Amino acid sequence: MKSSANSLAHQWTRVSVLPRAACVLLILCIVPALSRAQTSSSDRPVPILTGSAGYFTFVTAGQTQLNAQVNPVLLLPLGDRWLAESRAEFQGAFQRPPGGGPYGGPVSKNLDYLQVDYIANPYVTVTLGRFLTPFGIFNERLYPIWIRSLQQDPLIFPIATGSSDGMMLRGGFPANAKANLSYAVYVSAVSTGHSNLQSDRNVGGRMSVFLPGARVEVGASWQKLLQDERSNAFGFHFAWQPQRLPLNVHSEYALSNQGGGYWVDGAYRLSQMPFWRKSMRRLEVAGRAEQFFSGQIGSDAAQALGLPGANTREGEFGLNYYLHDGLKAVASYGRQFSSDGNFNLWTVGIAYRFVVPLGRVGQP
Amino acid sequence: MRLKIMIVSGVFALLSFLCVAADSPHSNSASTTVAQSSAQADAMRLEGEKRFRANCGRCHAAPQKFPPRVMATIVRHMRVRATITDEDMRLVLYYMTQ
Repeated sequence: MKSSANSLAHQWTRVSVLPRAACVLLILCIVPALSRAQTSSSDRPVPILTGSAGYFTFVTAGQTQLNAQVNPVLLLPLGDRWLAESRAEFQGAFQRPPGGGPYGGPVSKNLDYLQVDYIANPYVTVTLGRFLTPFGIFNERLYPIWIRSLQQDPLIFPIATGSSDGMMLRGGFPANAKANLSYAVYVSAVSTGHSNLQSDRNVGGRMSVFLPGARVEVGASWQKLLQDERSNAFGFHFAWQPQRLPLNVHSEYALSNQGGGYWVDGAYRLSQMPFWRKSMRRLEVAGRAEQFFSGQIGSDAAQALGLPGANTREGEFGLNYYLHDGLKAVASYGRQFSSDGNFNLWTVGIAYRFVVPLGRVGQP
Repeated sequence: MRLKIMIVSGVFALLSFLCVAADSPHSNSASTTVAQSSAQADAMRLEGEKRFRANCGRCHAAPQKFPPRVMATIVRHMRVRATITDEDMRLVLYYMTQ
């Protein structure tokens, strides 16, 4: 070993000055280049498995349902412009049978989206595959259990939402210094095959204006069904987050032949309370008021879609306690009023958001 | 001969050092430039926090900071999901990773 080292040293001294200097120069140039390459790779996006898990007890009109769910989201970035993403929903809803007995019920499995996004330029992202239908804001942005302030879905939620199979163009860009515009337009093919991939044949779009200074967003959605009754659905949404208050207000209005209605939802973090500050800043008070108006379809058809069978009003109040980032305990009470009967809705549970990198990462 | 080698190597080493120094944002010798870049970084962080609260806070509470490679993926996902602008995405990513 020692002799080979000596031999190398001897050969090195026999090399003339210029080649030696060139070697030194090469090494000194390559090292910083390698160090730069290492720096850029440390910022490269890594595939991650994220999503949420939760366990809830829903008591609706005296009937108790135990609900356990896991909603994994897989994010797979490819190069600088591509992202493959998917979300599945595994949900067990267990109830006692009418005559009494042990809890039992179905475990449902759904594929909410499985899409490939190509960020073509700062204004346009092309999406292909199965994606969440961009109608209003609840379906795309507020649906995950760790995000929503109240765990019950809004009454009008089934109108024109769900998933679509096809192609979508979307993007957001500043219109001027005070306003950002965002849009989404899509076309979906009918899919009746596998139960997890079903979709309607439709076209639609959504346009929003966001004022960052006032933190106000307003927008409108439209969807045209290209099958059966070829009906239209219209939606409007509003979001406001005042600068001086830890308050989040969201609202949607939807109208279609299946029915129409609205919901207004507010969540206030008690971080400004002058007492018990440590606990209060983890506590959130939430409330929702909503109304549904029956449409042109029958009561049974509406219920099959997940809509109320008659004109309905509902009010709900809840408390969320953030145990730490991504983990919250929830409790709420609501009352529903309709010609089919009035009843109470109770919810108690826990929601958790997880993030697991599927590759090597640096320190936060 | 050895003197020649040492001089040539020294010159190349100096040139390489200058190349590296020019590339590195932290190695500017002039104190004013350092102060400027530091002030610029602070301004970007503040602007990033503002954009974070305006865009991300519309839907959810502020999450903890994740490692840069994880944040890069999350921000790309949110760019598509919440249709945030290209500039907002860059500033939010800077704020969440610095």
